[in-house]
Amino acid sequence: MSDFLDVLTNYDILGAYWVNIQLAFFSAVFALLLGLVLAMMRISPVPSLRGFGASYVNLMRNTPLTVIVVFAILVLWPIFNVSFSDNFNQNFFWLAVLSLSLYHASFFCEAIRSGVNTVPVGQAEAARAIGLSFLPAARLVIMPQAFRGAIAPLGNTLIALIKNTTVAAAASVAEVSILMREMIESNGNYVIPIFLTIAVGFVILVIPVGMLTTYLSQKLAVSR
Amino acid sequence: MRTTRHTLMACAAVSALFLAGCSSDESTTQDSDSLTIGIKFDQPGLGFKDGETYTGFDVDVAKYVADKLGYTEDQIEFVEAISANRETMLEGDQVDMIFATYSITEERDQVVDFAGPYFVAGQDLLVRADDMDITGPESLSGKNLCSVSGSTSAQRVKDTYDTGSEINLVEQPGYSECLSLLTGGQVDAVTTDDIILAGLAAEEGSGAMKVVGNPFSEERYGVGIPEGSDQCTAINEALTEMFDDGSWQEAIDAATDGTGFVPNADLNPPTLVECAA
Repeated sequence: MSDFLDVLTNYDILGAYWVNIQLAFFSAVFALLLGLVLAMMRISPVPSLRGFGASYVNLMRNTPLTVIVVFAILVLWPIFNVSFSDNFNQNFFWLAVLSLSLYHASFFCEAIRSGVNTVPVGQAEAARAIGLSFLPAARLVIMPQAFRGAIAPLGNTLIALIKNTTVAAAASVAEVSILMREMIESNGNYVIPIFLTIAVGFVILVIPVGMLTTYLSQKLAVSR
Repeated sequence: MRTTRHTLMACAAVSALFLAGCSSDESTTQDSDSLTIGIKFDQPGLGFKDGETYTGFDVDVAKYVADKLGYTEDQIEFVEAISANRETMLEGDQVDMIFATYSITEERDQVVDFAGPYFVAGQDLLVRADDMDITGPESLSGKNLCSVSGSTSAQRVKDTYDTGSEINLVEQPGYSECLSLLTGGQVDAVTTDDIILAGLAAEEGSGAMKVVGNPFSEERYGVGIPEGSDQCTAINEALTEMFDDGSWQEAIDAATDGTGFVPNADLNPPTLVECAA
């Protein structure tokens, strides 16, 4: 047992989790913003915007995340010279954030749209009746209520996003799943304890997020 | 009520059958009429699944050893043993032997047994054939390097040679990704064990890449067997025969054909380690 603790202290596990947390944070911010824009498109009165939003969501939601990440690292970077940073490794980090954001934006969009569906049609009609056009109505009337109704699905998407940050390993980001492979490679005698340690780390990360979103979704629910 | 009891009995009978099926399955793995061998499926030149056939140096050694142990080729079942799964597969008796570029290390030796080694590889660099700048790990500063994520080779570069973070290391899930980055010019070198690199260069075939030939580590590839297995001595005898009758050399030449790769002659063919009692 103490040998195993020695193995754990040889590796910067917390540092690796910190990379996952950063990936999740930046991706969540960008994906939520993009998801909001997409959701607005999907409920907008302009058919071409609705069509674009629906196409984006269906395309991204149905493409495996690994494929998107590998596309970024083996096509965007080498062939289209997409580069976000002069620092070699930082560039991979941002390519991973880009892939995670593009992918999860479709899920955030659908979560927000499910929130929009909880807002009664009467609200939109009332907004129209007092003279608000689409954007002000969405900003002042629809979206504030939609977000309050969408907290639980948004939380689920965030939890999925946190766990999906491990896919960034395919983009050469030194996060925790690469560290786990390193640890197993050099410590074949502790494969299962190492695996369980990493898995427990994710449980510790994700459970508070779940509890917080459950609490908020009840606390902030629009009572009708 | 009566029907319920009948259903229950039927269920019990069915599950008993299933359980019986399970246990007999397990015993066939240990039976003498088939041999399950874990190999890599994705390393050309070593262990490679090409349609329904398996090729490579590891596969050739495995077939030779199996033959000496009294198994025909039909009785061998090859299964994929990815690096991270090798110990668990042996501990769970899912395979009888592993020939999968499996370096003998102290940590692994605690949970599995090793026969061999049947090859001593060294970490080396694969570069484009016209590259004259890279001669070894010391000449990598400012260069882009690719290796497989989490591998010993990647760790060694990070820990030993990348002191001032002058080496830009890309970690990819497999060697084929690294090779595509090397061909495309995004990285200047791919690093791992020399025989794996030679296999990759041989598979590519056009002579556009070369192995630098300046190994900077010693990886002793052993045959992984379950802890306490009685096969170790027999495997070692088979390996000795293979070294002596020339088929070992033939297998290496076949795997690295056209690359001019010569294994480190001081260490190969390797001296076998005595089997633990």
